[in-house]
Amino acid sequence: MSKPKVGFNWLASCGGCEEAVVDLEEAILDVVEAVDIVFWPCAMDFKKDDVRSMADGEMDVCFVNGAIRTSEEEEMSRLLRKKTKILIAFGSCSHMGGIPGLGNFYSSESILKSSFLESPSTVNAEGVIPKTETKRSEGILTLPAFQETAKSLDQVVEVDYYVPGCPPPVKLLKDAVQAVLENKLPPKGAVLAPDVAQCTDCPRQDTKPEKLEIKEFKRPFEIEIDPKKCLLAQGLMCLGPVTRSGCDSACMKANMPCTGCLGPTSRVKDFGAKAMAGFASIIDSTDEEEIDRLLDSIVDPEGTFYRYSLPKSYMHAICTTMRNGSGKKGA
Amino acid sequence: MSNGEKTPTGFEPRIVAFFCNWCTYTASDLTGISRLIYAPNVRVIRVMCSGRIDPQFILAALREGADGVLIGGCHPGDCHYQEGNYKALRRFKLLKRFLNRMGVEDERIRLEWIAASEGDKVQKVVNEMTEQVRKLGPLHLAPIATPEAFEHEDKQELVAAGAEGESS
Repeated sequence: MSKPKVGFNWLASCGGCEEAVVDLEEAILDVVEAVDIVFWPCAMDFKKDDVRSMADGEMDVCFVNGAIRTSEEEEMSRLLRKKTKILIAFGSCSHMGGIPGLGNFYSSESILKSSFLESPSTVNAEGVIPKTETKRSEGILTLPAFQETAKSLDQVVEVDYYVPGCPPPVKLLKDAVQAVLENKLPPKGAVLAPDVAQCTDCPRQDTKPEKLEIKEFKRPFEIEIDPKKCLLAQGLMCLGPVTRSGCDSACMKANMPCTGCLGPTSRVKDFGAKAMAGFASIIDSTDEEEIDRLLDSIVDPEGTFYRYSLPKSYMHAICTTMRNGSGKKGA
Repeated sequence: MSNGEKTPTGFEPRIVAFFCNWCTYTASDLTGISRLIYAPNVRVIRVMCSGRIDPQFILAALREGADGVLIGGCHPGDCHYQEGNYKALRRFKLLKRFLNRMGVEDERIRLEWIAASEGDKVQKVVNEMTEQVRKLGPLHLAPIATPEAFEHEDKQELVAAGAEGESS
């Protein structure tokens, strides 16, 4: 039997997911042994035409990381979907929109304005803002369009599996490759990670009090963190209770609270809403004013609870009325 | 996508109400028994306790077409389960901060403590909220893309290009 053909691609992402592939270390040699890598523009010289020239469904598996924000990313997603039998959303951005998804708190117009005109490090005296078409004496120059919102991969094309994480833990990637090679994949649409919360296998689990009661939310730099004690009990915003397990408690072992990159378990539809429910519950107060004061101590609550998942939330992005400028703006 | 129903009389808001079994739902029964009329714009869902209301329910209601969400629970200190309404209060306050950031006006989400004996309060709150939301108009959430929508677009393009034969 010929080796399975595998591709990797990145869209709106930081490159950390590609790093996760390299983090396979020596094991990558086994992967290369077992599969044919036919597309990996980050590591080797591949062009879009290489994909175009493939037959439909020619690639067996394609790992796609990154959110979809531009017309080019959208086109590439659809092209890869056509050429791939098993399309895997790889990493938080393609899984839930990820960090680029935080852009959905603003209108595309205000993002361009802020990046190209207003940021203190920008020198742009002529006030140039990227346009899809620019006429020059040599002809028309084109750029991909910056779309209104950032999207997860499954909002653009059908996705077969998800490997979560920012970046995905090496073990999850290894397991996914193994599952593909041994043809032991779960039913379509599954997230290839354990379907339990972080707390289940957290080494600090035993120090989690029976009833959590928080009088003040703290940020990691504000306190000396006890390396053994439950981080929630120390007042830190640890999203472990709402986050899927699968990273071997990487952050908690490094004495940092979970930020929720692996996303929710299968029972939760809206990660941030569930996180809000949990954190509001453990606030130790029944007094309206005190509750307000305690909530004030959560810095950037929206960004904390929806750090990786805003595009996949019920809200998806700011209301269109706000976008059109008739409402108040969060910017 | 417009959430509101356009009727010949103008925009009729759709409000989803979550009422707790022990106080507010019983109060709304009293409203009916007392023959008090209130706006028909509200769709009441009975829950055992306001503390059962997951913020996900509220967001799902808004996404599925509600223009506003009303939550009714027992007065502080009166919760059948001791502290469910306090949980509801804290969740409501936190969720409201998020919704405000997303551009959902404050008046669209309301929490009221209504005891079983306060049938008239149900009438007052529902009528008041209906009018406030009516003034705001339909809620326009950012549309969520789906792969199906893209496929539909593709077909449209193919039809426009006169290549219907190839689309099948």
